[in-house]
Amino acid sequence: MSDLLDISGLTITRGVRRGAPDGADQPLLDGLDLTIAAGGRLGLIGGSGSGKSLTSLAVIGLLGEQLSASGSVELAGTQVIGAPDRALRPLRGRVAGLVFQEPLTALDPLMRVGAQLAEPLRRHLGLRGERLKEAVEAALVEVSLTDTARIAASYPHELSGGQRQRIAIAIALAGRPQLLIADEPTTALDVTVQAEVLALIDRLVRERGMALLFISHDLAVVSTMVDEVVVLSEGRAVERGAVAQVLTAPQHEDTRRLVTSARALDDALEDPR
Amino acid sequence: MSAVDAQTALADRRPVRRRARSATLTVGLVLVGVIAVLAAVSLVWLPFAPTDTSGGRLEGPTGTHWLGTDKLGRDLMTQLMIGARIALATGAGAVAVGAVIGIAVGLAAAFASAWLDDTISAALDVVIAFPVLLLAMLIVAAQGASLGTAIIAIGLAMSAIVARLTRILTKRVLSEQYVVAARTAGTSWAGVIGQHVLPNIWPTLSVNLALQFGIAVLAEASLSYLGLGAPPPNASWGRLLQEAQATVTTAPVGAIAPGVAVVMLVVGVNFIADGLRDLGDPTRRRGA
Amino acid sequence: MTDAPITTTPILELDAVGFRYRGGQEALADVSLAVGAGEAVGIVGQSGAGKSTLLRLLLGLDRPTTGSVRFDGGALDPRDRTRVRRFRASVQAVFQDPYSSLDPRQRIGRIVAEPLRSLRLATTEQATVRATEALEAVGLPADAASRFPHEFSGGQRQRIAIARAIVPNPRLLLADEPVSALDMSTRIQIIELLAELRASNGLALVMVSHDLGTVAALCERTMVLRHGQVVEAGATAQVLHDPAEAYTKQLIAAIPRLPR
Repeated sequence: MSDLLDISGLTITRGVRRGAPDGADQPLLDGLDLTIAAGGRLGLIGGSGSGKSLTSLAVIGLLGEQLSASGSVELAGTQVIGAPDRALRPLRGRVAGLVFQEPLTALDPLMRVGAQLAEPLRRHLGLRGERLKEAVEAALVEVSLTDTARIAASYPHELSGGQRQRIAIAIALAGRPQLLIADEPTTALDVTVQAEVLALIDRLVRERGMALLFISHDLAVVSTMVDEVVVLSEGRAVERGAVAQVLTAPQHEDTRRLVTSARALDDALEDPR
Repeated sequence: MSAVDAQTALADRRPVRRRARSATLTVGLVLVGVIAVLAAVSLVWLPFAPTDTSGGRLEGPTGTHWLGTDKLGRDLMTQLMIGARIALATGAGAVAVGAVIGIAVGLAAAFASAWLDDTISAALDVVIAFPVLLLAMLIVAAQGASLGTAIIAIGLAMSAIVARLTRILTKRVLSEQYVVAARTAGTSWAGVIGQHVLPNIWPTLSVNLALQFGIAVLAEASLSYLGLGAPPPNASWGRLLQEAQATVTTAPVGAIAPGVAVVMLVVGVNFIADGLRDLGDPTRRRGA
Repeated sequence: MTDAPITTTPILELDAVGFRYRGGQEALADVSLAVGAGEAVGIVGQSGAGKSTLLRLLLGLDRPTTGSVRFDGGALDPRDRTRVRRFRASVQAVFQDPYSSLDPRQRIGRIVAEPLRSLRLATTEQATVRATEALEAVGLPADAASRFPHEFSGGQRQRIAIARAIVPNPRLLLADEPVSALDMSTRIQIIELLAELRASNGLALVMVSHDLGTVAALCERTMVLRHGQVVEAGATAQVLHDPAEAYTKQLIAAIPRLPR
């Protein structure tokens, strides 16, 4: 059985595709390997500049013109690196759904959220008219937004951060993808809202048997969502393994620093000043 | 950093055609430099006296009269050089007037209470709605045609745009945390304006002022073309263009020369503005 | 924590302070707080709790609509320039966004020396020396003084901001979410730096944060804010381990924890 997501030797450099990369710039991501089986979960941990966000973009081929990627990224059997956009469009939303950190920028500020949710439902599931309306309502209820009529008629800025992020999750899951890529989905949220949204993601991923790639800089958050992690530092995967193992016996210096910091803050909660 | 932020950060750091940009700046400096040299030289030497009408009428370029003569026999090269002086003075003068008034009003609006800011902004919008030329014409018609009046008129019209730009740039700076930090560090508002606001709005503002220089030169040329500028022999290029209008088929150089001169100066200034924009980017500076 | 009353005047004191916006919206109601020399208080709350408003009142950037703010026992009259200057020299701040709190067009040395210049606490030469010392105290090399902010990472910028805050030798440091914008690995470094400075300079600290972990690592006392009102206040250990209010319990329960 092949994996749902198979990344091998993924290298991302800053530079136009045509010519050689700019000077002696270090690659932004250097030879990343990772796999996720169908229904499996993996955490990607790293600080800023570690390349973790680029990985999520690379998986669905959204890196943009200024970056060039080499290596292999196979999503449900399709090679993403070098593939033309029309080959990748069927993957986006239907095989892999993406949730970002800042729902305010992920949602169109000028469109009501109901309409924004209807669009992928219409596109991926071919629904129209009354059935589409029902699907929108069902999708909202699924992400625990029960006041469906009011919410669907609202604009993003009229909703709270937590509500917006739930909408973003609903949109990401509209096409019933097999893989959910969540890139710092709760970093911008209040702690109580974060707990709710994480629980929501966990429940939906479980109920639908989806695979999950959870990206974050917060070890505590990641540890509540996945059992396996890959630690990124400055573009390289420096460590991988079970969360428990990484926490108790970190091998790499960068991992140690991460774990020490997370532990220190966690310890402070146990034993404050 | 989210995925979107990562992309944006990379975009900002890309060296955008650095070589192309400095070529623009160089070309701009050359074009403006030629005009500046003509103007500077005109202060100490002219091929002929401005009022000398000894040359034949409407002659083409010859060894003595490099660009020919006008309908009264005056040397065209001499008039072009005087015109260069006037063009530069107009540009600089109008920009100075516009900048001083505009920046002051813009700062006031940015610091003002909500209703005062709205009032000032509305007034600025009204002024901006008037075409620069029309406004200048009104002022000149009231005060009489002279170079000084033209400069002030154009400067006043321009100040509204400068004010509006200053206002929005200042508001943006005031919303930054380093302004709050400056206040908690004990810096007075005057200090905040001098040390933080002005240096941070200057890059964008200076580019705009450079562009306004070109607009001012064109505005003055238009005013003179319409007969509202200073009369010859201390005529500006606009006036030269107007006078050459009637004889453009028989003595084309009379129109081409000032026309080319205006284009050179305005395009040159715009290129310099482009180059300034790139230079003004603080992330290109590095410490020792 | 002893039960003995504070015999020395607190550096900063809020007495039943309330703040209402011009449009009528209430941001704070009946908040009282006293910070004495060397003490550390954490103010915890989620968005909309009124933390930023409280901070602005503590910094003297806004005046409360009810109640009073006292510095060294007395009111803060903006007309009393000498007193205001003493306040500014004694109470300094570190802000949340390291990418916005440093003027991008100034060199680090000049940025760090700004309080000395504006408060006229040193000559230009002395200021340069003290700025360099402050940079070293926060763990940055002396040559950082000639560089520009964009040459530094978020964590380093926050250190620069801290250097600027300590350069006038303040008695109290107000920190507004000082580590929220930073990486996990960098957070503990800044927290340790703040703890170190407290110990070596006897600095009092008021830290506003949405993160209880950060507060727990630095502050002996904690105040929980919700919708502009104090829900609970007391020793951090007690608030964390034996909270009295349901909201506090909810807040604590929501914190993601490492498996132990």
